[in-house]
Amino acid sequence: MWTWFYKLASPPHVYGVAAALMPWLLGGAALAVAYGLIAGLAFAPPDYQQGDAFRMIYVHVPGAILSLTVYMVMAAASAVALVWRIKVGHAVAAASAPIGASFALMALVTGSLWGRPMWGAYWAWDPRLTSELILLFIYIGVMSLRSAFEDPARGDRAAALLAVVGVVNVPIVHFSVVWWNSLHQGATIVKLGTPSMPGSMLWPLLSMWLGFMLFYGAVLCTRVQAEVLNRERQAAWVREAIKS
Amino acid sequence: MRLSAGRAFALIVHRELCLSFRRPEHLCQPLVFFLIVTTLFPLGLSLQLSQLRDIAPGVLWVAALLSSLLSLDSLFKGDADDGTLEQLALSGQELTLIVVAKTCAHWLVTGLALVVVSPIVATALDIPTAAFATMMLSLALGTLTLSWLGAIGAGLTIGLRRGNVLLSLIVLPLATPLLIFGAAATERAISGASTVGALYFLAALCVFTCTLAPFAATAALRITLE
Repeated sequence: MWTWFYKLASPPHVYGVAAALMPWLLGGAALAVAYGLIAGLAFAPPDYQQGDAFRMIYVHVPGAILSLTVYMVMAAASAVALVWRIKVGHAVAAASAPIGASFALMALVTGSLWGRPMWGAYWAWDPRLTSELILLFIYIGVMSLRSAFEDPARGDRAAALLAVVGVVNVPIVHFSVVWWNSLHQGATIVKLGTPSMPGSMLWPLLSMWLGFMLFYGAVLCTRVQAEVLNRERQAAWVREAIKS
Repeated sequence: MRLSAGRAFALIVHRELCLSFRRPEHLCQPLVFFLIVTTLFPLGLSLQLSQLRDIAPGVLWVAALLSSLLSLDSLFKGDADDGTLEQLALSGQELTLIVVAKTCAHWLVTGLALVVVSPIVATALDIPTAAFATMMLSLALGTLTLSWLGAIGAGLTIGLRRGNVLLSLIVLPLATPLLIFGAAATERAISGASTVGALYFLAALCVFTCTLAPFAATAALRITLE
C-alpha cells in the first residue's frame, strides 16, 4: 500500500514521475492563469477606492503566498533529506529555492509598483513588505550556502540545515516586524483581502492562486529532473534515460 | 579516562578565555570597530545633539550587531584550522557540550565586553544615564542570542574561503528581531516609557535560541567537520 511512497526516495522513479506529471501541471496552470487573468483584468469591477490599480492583487497576492508555500516545501524536503538521508529531498530543496526566491522578488516588485500610485512611494516600510524582503534574504542565504561548498553533498546538507533553522525563524521575524511597525506608524497599513470582497473579484484571485501552485509544480518537476540527472550523472539509468 | 561533563565544560571555557586574553588585540578590535561605527553615524548625518538622541538606539544596535558579527567568524575557525576542533570532537565528550562551552566563552569575551563598553558610546550619542540599565540588559540578551545564531552560521561556514561574507548573509536576516526589540527597548527607556514588553520579548528569544541553537550548531559542525 505504501510502496508508492517509498518509491519516491528512488531517483530514477522520481525522474519518471516528474516527467509524467509535468505536462498535466503545466496545462492546469495555463487554464487557471488564463481564466484568472481574463476574469480579473477584464471582467472584475474596479475597486471603489483604488480603481484599476487594485488589479495588481491578481499577481501580487498569489506570488506572496507562493513564496511562503515554496519555503515550506523546501524546508520539509530538507528535513526529510537530513533525517532519513534521502537524496531526492536535497534535489527537491535545491530545485525549490530559486523558484521561491523568484516568487518573493515578484511579490516585492509588484507590491512596490502598486505602492507608487497608492502610497505615493515605491517602497514603504510596511510590515508585510519588510518581512517579504527578509524572506528573500533568507532564500539568498540558503542558495549561496549551497553553492559555496566544493563538495556538493556537504553543501546540500548545510543548506538543508539552514532552511530548517529558517523555518523556525520566519514566523518570529514576521511577528516582530509587525510589532515594530505598530510602534512607529500605522497610517500606511493597507488591509487588502477584506472579507467583503465580492465574488467577481475573489474567484479570479483564487484561480490565480491555484494556477500559481500548479505552475510551481510544473517548474519544480522540470528542475527536479535536471537536479536528479546532474546528481546521478554517474549512474547507469541516467545513460539509459538520455539515450531513449 | 573520561572527564565529567562539568569538568570538560570548565576546561574548555578556561582554555578559550586564556587564548583570548593572550591575544588582547583580538579582544579589542571588535570593540574599537563598535566605537568607530558609532562615530561614523553622527559625522555622516551632521546632526544636532538633540536629534542624535532620536537615532541613538538604532545606531547603537546596528553597530553592536555588526561588531558581534565581525568576531563570530573566529568562533570555530582557529580551532578548525589547526585541527583542535577535530580532536575535541573525537575526545568522547558530547559535541553539543563543546559547542555550548565555546559559545559561552565567546560571548564572555565579545558580547559581555561590548555591554561593558556600551555606556561610553551611549554617552557620546546623548542617551540619558537613566536608560543605561535597560540598554545594557537589552544588549546582553541580544548579543547572547546573536552568539547562538552565529554559532549555527559559523558552524555552517567553517572552511569556506569567503566564509565571513556568507556568515553575515546567513545570520543578519535571522537577527532582525533582535534589532527591532533591542532598539525598541532602548528607545522606550530614553523616552521614559515602559520597557517590559520589549525586554520580555528579547529574553524569550534568548531562552528560545539558548535551548534549540546548540543542537542546530552541533548538527552544523557535524556536517562541515566530517
